[in-house]
Amino acid sequence: MTAVTTDVRPAPDAPVQPRTVATTSYKTPTILAVVSVLLAVLLLAQPHAGDARFALSSGADFFQIPVVVVPAMATAWVCVALMALLTAFAFLRARGKRRVPGWAAALFAVLGLVAFLAWAAAGSPRDLSVVGLISGAIALSIPIVYGALGGVIGERAGVVNIAIEGQLLAGAFTSALVGSITGSPWAGLLAAVVAGILVSLVLGVFAITYRVNQVIVGVVLNVLVIGLTSFLYSQLLVPNAETLNNTPRFERIGIPLLERIPIIGQALFNQTVVVYLMVVATFAVWYGLSRTRWGLRLRSVGEHPKAADTVGIKVEATRYRALIIAGGVAGIGGAFYTVVSIGQFGKEMTAGAGFIALAAVIFGKWDPVRAALAGLLFGFASNLQNILNVVGAPVPSQFMLMLPYLVTIFAVAGLVGKSRAPAASGEPYVKE
Amino acid sequence: MSSTPTPGSAERRDAGSRHEPESLTDALGHTAPGADPGLTEELQQELARQQPEALAPAPAGDDRWREAAREIFAGRPAVAVGAVVLAVLVGSIMIAFTDEGVQEASSYFFARPGDTFAALGQAIGGAYSALFQGAVYNFRADGFARGIRPLTETLNYATPLIAAGLGVAVAFRSGLFNIGGQGQMLMSAAAAGWVGFGVSGLPLWLHLPLALVAGLAAGAIWAGIAGVLNARTGAHVVIVTIMLNYVALYLLSYLLATPGLLQAPGSANPKTPPMLETAILPRLLGGSYNLHLGFLLALLAVLGSWWLLNRSSTGFALRTVGENPRAARVAGIDVPRATVTAMLLSGALIGLAGATQVLGSVTTGFSSDIDAGIGFDAITVALLGGSSPVGVLWAGLLFGAFKAGGSAMQAGEGIPIEIVLVVQSLIVLFIAAPPLVRAIFRLPQPGARKKVSA
Repeated sequence: MTAVTTDVRPAPDAPVQPRTVATTSYKTPTILAVVSVLLAVLLLAQPHAGDARFALSSGADFFQIPVVVVPAMATAWVCVALMALLTAFAFLRARGKRRVPGWAAALFAVLGLVAFLAWAAAGSPRDLSVVGLISGAIALSIPIVYGALGGVIGERAGVVNIAIEGQLLAGAFTSALVGSITGSPWAGLLAAVVAGILVSLVLGVFAITYRVNQVIVGVVLNVLVIGLTSFLYSQLLVPNAETLNNTPRFERIGIPLLERIPIIGQALFNQTVVVYLMVVATFAVWYGLSRTRWGLRLRSVGEHPKAADTVGIKVEATRYRALIIAGGVAGIGGAFYTVVSIGQFGKEMTAGAGFIALAAVIFGKWDPVRAALAGLLFGFASNLQNILNVVGAPVPSQFMLMLPYLVTIFAVAGLVGKSRAPAASGEPYVKE
Repeated sequence: MSSTPTPGSAERRDAGSRHEPESLTDALGHTAPGADPGLTEELQQELARQQPEALAPAPAGDDRWREAAREIFAGRPAVAVGAVVLAVLVGSIMIAFTDEGVQEASSYFFARPGDTFAALGQAIGGAYSALFQGAVYNFRADGFARGIRPLTETLNYATPLIAAGLGVAVAFRSGLFNIGGQGQMLMSAAAAGWVGFGVSGLPLWLHLPLALVAGLAAGAIWAGIAGVLNARTGAHVVIVTIMLNYVALYLLSYLLATPGLLQAPGSANPKTPPMLETAILPRLLGGSYNLHLGFLLALLAVLGSWWLLNRSSTGFALRTVGENPRAARVAGIDVPRATVTAMLLSGALIGLAGATQVLGSVTTGFSSDIDAGIGFDAITVALLGGSSPVGVLWAGLLFGAFKAGGSAMQAGEGIPIEIVLVVQSLIVLFIAAPPLVRAIFRLPQPGARKKVSA
């Protein structure tokens, strides 16, 4: 026996052969199959006769695309058939121990969306505006994306931020107030940043300095900000609505040429400065966290504060700095409600967007780019519900609105990808 | 909630716990000086950790009273009182600065400063007198029977706060954050309400308990989802309960907007029909007071939770898991099972809050705002009450008084009721950071006089 084993063992100086371990994961194909079947069941159970009208153009495009009118059920079934093909392809890939390519998943999502929209818009006399669908989704995702970016920065530094909702609301309030007084949306935006930072600092004082449980501080801060803004709104803004709650808004800035691309031009390249800033901010946070010394230190503080402390990184100061930046970013998201969207503050106007942002942080696996994409997705889900209302689709809007939260529960339960928080997230650091 | 000890200190503590504290003192006395300086130091630190008072000079004679006073002022109740005082102070400042009379008078402050102070006094005095008269006793009412009505309103407002506060506290003691009070209340209100108006022909003694049980069960199930997910997959309870809040909100709005489910027949509003007579909690003090049987149920829940947490083996298991899940597992406690149990109990207690809301306070049919923020208030109640059932009772009564008085303040003095939210959240923030309150009031820090602080 021993002789055999010695024979098998390679010579000591033989080159090491790297061994690739192929794992078979049927998770993605299974999800695709479930979605396809659900959609097919929906089409069978609730068939809609009639045509679906998709409007693809807006007035300013290079060339006009006429309104596309398709027979709804036929379109939907073709899409479902293609989706089934993609599912089969995904199963084959998984059996061959290879990953399901990203383009397949993306194509699957688009097909599913088209099938669903065709079914929902069937027989409606109104056009379903694709441009409105995209631009509305972007607008609704602004506070979610900024909030999620703030959340990512905080959590990567080891501070759980349940108070994103509070930061958004504080930002919305102060930007309305300052914007109205100064008559400048830029001043309002700046004030929102300051308000977000202030909320962050309170969070920092209690969570970092006094080591109060971060979840508690976050929850209580939300209540505090709701109370403060609602109180001041009733006492100050309502009696002086003209002078204190009537802020000018940012103008849309079109990017020449790009804004005239059909379908996406108006939605993507004729937006306010806050939207363009969102792209910059997402990239900046990604670059900062993963490519700079600052980001390395910040992440080390969030993953293993003791090790970071040992090599001379000041844990508490790093966390404070991270929180300040996070608060500023989330504050911009709050400004969206007033200086971008409607020009005035209303009681509890953020309506849970902060918690969707939190969901986006988790769904995006604590990565800025993925979190921003998750925010866009959640914004899209919210806007889809608006659009479906316009065409009078027979879908209960509540279930569309529920979607981001359900998806997040599935995500943290490990059913859709594995989410792992930074190791020291939520742990106060006690220096010995 | 408690800070997790670092592995090193845990080891030391384990090693120390094998000996009696006396033997540690003995060991300290018997180590030869200079034999092993590290050992002496370590023993000293261990002793300080176990018996902080052992190293302090024994109080003698007159010092005894000073020691007693120190213990009172360094303890939790003093911090709680300090936190309430601070928060009320901040609330007063906010009332003062947004009061129109004060703003007017302050515009000529340097000419007649007296006016400003008079206006300040009037604003704050008026506010607190309205608060008191709305929460405890109305002096302007004729006769005791009508004057005491505000107090019964306070008890009424306190009922769901106590029940839901107990729910959050039970979860806290088990080391779990149940932030999902809102969702659990909504689901329990939906279930209790559905039985309350949908099942007819039953006598009171059967219908009312049935509706209550439905509410408790719905709350327990909704919280149990988070418990099971945590136990089976490790999903964070905080995240899951937050997300379930919104799922419940939209689910309830769907049920309320769909004819044939919860929506009142023949109505387009998202509102349920009124509860049947047989499902309504009886009024305790007759028809002129709103106080209902739910308050007694909440008191029973306090007793029950106290017994459960402090006297039952289940409670012992829950508290052990809450203190140190690793140690609990070593001791043979089934941690996932305890997690699910804690969430089920927590949800049931919060379910009681939801059920008493629809069967006692708002019996004319409810909409999706039936939780009235109580799910989040419950967290503050549990924190102020130190997560002990009796503490939760007092905290619930205090916040109930704030709510009752806040409504009176809004009606009488035009001060928005949201000031109550501000005061409430400030109280909890201050409570949560005892060193801050002690620093502001110059209360003694615990262990400040000891030579070695652990």
